[in-house]
Amino acid sequence: MPTPEHVVIIGNGVAGITAARHIRRISDKKITVISAESDYFFSRTALMYVYMGHMKWEHLKPYEDWFWEENRIELKKARVKKIETASKMLFLEAEEKMSYDKLILATGSVPRFLGIEGEDLSGVQGLVSKQDLELLEENTRKCRSAVIVGGGLIGVELAEMLHTRNIPVTMLIREKAFWQNALPLKDAQFISRHIESHGIKLMHETELKKINGQNGRVRSIETSSGEEIECDLLGISVGVKPNIAFLEGSEIETDRGILVDEYLQTNVSDIYAIGDCAQHREPIKGRKDIEAVWYTARMMGETVAQIICGKPFKYNPGNWFNSAKFFDIEYQTYGNVSANPEEDEQHFHWEHRDGTKAMTIAFDPASSTFLGINTYGIRMRHEVFDRWLTEKRDLEYVLRHLRQANFDPEFYDRHEKEIFSSFKENMMKPQT
Amino acid sequence: MSAAQHNMSLSGETSAKLSTTQKVATGLGWTGIFIFCLAFFNPELPPTFLWSALTFIALGVIIFANDQYLGKSAGVKNDGIWFRSMTARGILAWGTGIVLTLFYIVLYWFPQYLGYNPDGANSGLVALFDPLSRLISGQPASQWFVYGTLYTLAILTFGYKFLLKYRHNKYEVLRTYSVMFFQLGFAFLIPEILMRLNQPYFNPVNIWPLNYDLFAGYKLSEFFSAGNIGLLMLFFGLASIFVITPILTYFYGKRWYCSWVCGCGGLAETAGDPYRHLSDKSRSAWKFERYIIHTVLVLVVVMTIAVVYSFLNENPDQFWLDKNVFLLGSVAFLVLLFGLIFIFKRHRLARDAKKGAIISLSIVLAIIAVFYFSGMTYGYLLRQWYGFLIGAAFSGVIGVGFYPIFGNRVWCRFGCPMAAVLGMQQRLFSKFRITTNGGQCISCGNCSTYCEMGIDVRAYAQKGENIVRSSCVGCGICSAVCPRGVLKLENGSLHGRINSDAVLLGNDVDLLDLIREQKKATRDPHSSPFNS
Repeated sequence: MPTPEHVVIIGNGVAGITAARHIRRISDKKITVISAESDYFFSRTALMYVYMGHMKWEHLKPYEDWFWEENRIELKKARVKKIETASKMLFLEAEEKMSYDKLILATGSVPRFLGIEGEDLSGVQGLVSKQDLELLEENTRKCRSAVIVGGGLIGVELAEMLHTRNIPVTMLIREKAFWQNALPLKDAQFISRHIESHGIKLMHETELKKINGQNGRVRSIETSSGEEIECDLLGISVGVKPNIAFLEGSEIETDRGILVDEYLQTNVSDIYAIGDCAQHREPIKGRKDIEAVWYTARMMGETVAQIICGKPFKYNPGNWFNSAKFFDIEYQTYGNVSANPEEDEQHFHWEHRDGTKAMTIAFDPASSTFLGINTYGIRMRHEVFDRWLTEKRDLEYVLRHLRQANFDPEFYDRHEKEIFSSFKENMMKPQT
Repeated sequence: MSAAQHNMSLSGETSAKLSTTQKVATGLGWTGIFIFCLAFFNPELPPTFLWSALTFIALGVIIFANDQYLGKSAGVKNDGIWFRSMTARGILAWGTGIVLTLFYIVLYWFPQYLGYNPDGANSGLVALFDPLSRLISGQPASQWFVYGTLYTLAILTFGYKFLLKYRHNKYEVLRTYSVMFFQLGFAFLIPEILMRLNQPYFNPVNIWPLNYDLFAGYKLSEFFSAGNIGLLMLFFGLASIFVITPILTYFYGKRWYCSWVCGCGGLAETAGDPYRHLSDKSRSAWKFERYIIHTVLVLVVVMTIAVVYSFLNENPDQFWLDKNVFLLGSVAFLVLLFGLIFIFKRHRLARDAKKGAIISLSIVLAIIAVFYFSGMTYGYLLRQWYGFLIGAAFSGVIGVGFYPIFGNRVWCRFGCPMAAVLGMQQRLFSKFRITTNGGQCISCGNCSTYCEMGIDVRAYAQKGENIVRSSCVGCGICSAVCPRGVLKLENGSLHGRINSDAVLLGNDVDLLDLIREQKKATRDPHSSPFNS
């Protein structure tokens, strides 16, 4: 019997682990997953809950520890220093070497910093890795107040985390409202109001200008509006960037991320890149070249597993969807709702009077085709919206059948009628 | 891993501290408990002390809950749960667990220390409750009346706390009103009032086999000597398990009982709610659960057949039913039930489930054969042992005493034979399931952590599969704590309810079809769920 092919995966996040699981299901290849971050796969999206005391570290592991041995997936805790593509060899820390037949790079992201002086002071940090979480514990031990730069998903998580430790938080947000580079203005303002209702101070249209330190620790910051704010912790959450520094000097071609073709292959044969660290040379229409999202990382993992096992599928994700939670408000989105719609996209926005539920539906004004939905505080069925998007349903159909898509728990108040009449009132009036 | 844990425990204290109001409320509650302790010294306390003790405890919990939840935004309230000594198996949790356990030991086996005196006037704690007991049933209190009152008080006050905690979730709110109603009305007041009316003590929603004494000899004599009302009670008891239960479970899953009606469930969901995350989610715990709960079911079936057999043996001329006809009838019923399940549902049974079922049935039939051929009746002995081991030690001492250590549903998960019966129905003949929402799961683990039954909910959700598990009591908390709207408790069509070949929505549709085929091919439907 020939020795099975050795697939090495660098990175034990959702992309790498999904690839490993799917390869195992359909093949007998030898699989090794290397990570310097943690012994076992954990849910990165749940790091916040450990800090908040909702869960312990062990609860973050989606599979019990026996799973890996039973499924013959070898886990190696090590940092890869160098990849020698010609000899198909990995150089690890402590002079260790490992050869591979197929290599999957799934190294994820690192926090993006702003390049402002003082970002190396202690008390300044991002939040992506397990180590960042441990650092946050250290940094908030005697923390009297915190500033967070950036109004995005990691920023709001940080704010919620610090809030549970009774640390006053001020957030600097470049846009007019929270996450407004991704959400339409009304949605973003709705979220801003909710976050403020939790006692978080939001400074909109404000950027970080200067970081002041004392004895190597952050002491205060100055904003673009000239205000000085004291803080013991400065959270930087202006986005993430691919974790590719270790590839410097290798044959593997990179730009902002690791460049891959539609088969997720890099410029070097037998080396693939998936998840946050991958940058698509030719992004699919309407999608970004780098998508640092749990779901897309998972889908790339599923796809690369098939490609490596001889079923060459192009990476071709279906209808866009995503989700998040802003303090108490759950957010789901299906299809495309642009932050700044062009001529060919119109929005209908509805808000419940209690300020905890809202919805924005995007449609094409010419054909009245349904384009996408953002929903806040109301759960929707993924399967139903996925079908409606594929079938290119029109707006009226979607509004009339909204109830079918509802996924709220039993006995919850329903708002479909109110939404429908609000739509008729606001959108169907003859244009003057 | 250990480093993170270490850090958490050091600086986590800020969110685990009690506010001044909460401290005062705790003090108030303890004052009430102190009065109960005082009663042990038998100082002949006037009735005012009973009323004030009950009031202090109720006020303590209510003020605590108000301070904790009112005026704060409605939403998931699990901050600091793993930092608090009381909810994270700290010294307070151990202390509470030990005190509760000791209380149960005294309650079950040494009620005289509580002041219970069946032959004369009560003293001590039981005497303190005499005025309330006389008010309701017209009789002096027993240790069970004391227990019932405290139990009901716990469900009502902690139910109030639960209502505030989950006030944004209507399912949780209605469910909690329901358990509070059934505890106060059906479990506490109705049986006491029946006593006042000289009728048999009967709680209509305490169904066999949870109520293992329903067919005991003394109970049957009580029913038969109470005329039509007694017969009606006996008839209702039989209809509950053989007719009403299967119908309701078919439409709504076992939750209609376990988290809407049952008193054990009621206490677990209210006073036990702060401990729900302590349940063991490991695969080995699941294995253990399946062995132990079905063993209890076998025991209760054997025990019940034995007591009825003994009863018929001792009263041969009073009834149309002959003891041997009863035994043969029981055998016929069990064989028919198993036969039908194997014929119609064999594709839903994993190999080890079939093996377990056959072994269980063989044991029951063998024991019945021993009864039949020896003519010996072990009814009293069996009932005594079942009552000691299962009724007292398991459901009381371990089930509730160990809330703060093993979680709030230990009895319901590992021991309750009623849950075992309902669980089989739920898995095989029910419209109920927890639906997973397409590809939205992020594997965060809140659902699994807060599942009181120790179901690894995430294991299903992150594969896109619905959750259809015998043990699920439908409390709805997994859905409530999910940050991404992934889980929904539903009653729907039987078709596609169990979808172990599901894939996560979102990727290329042709690729997903292929993955579904691959999943089917590598998953033997008859293999044990432990081999996935």
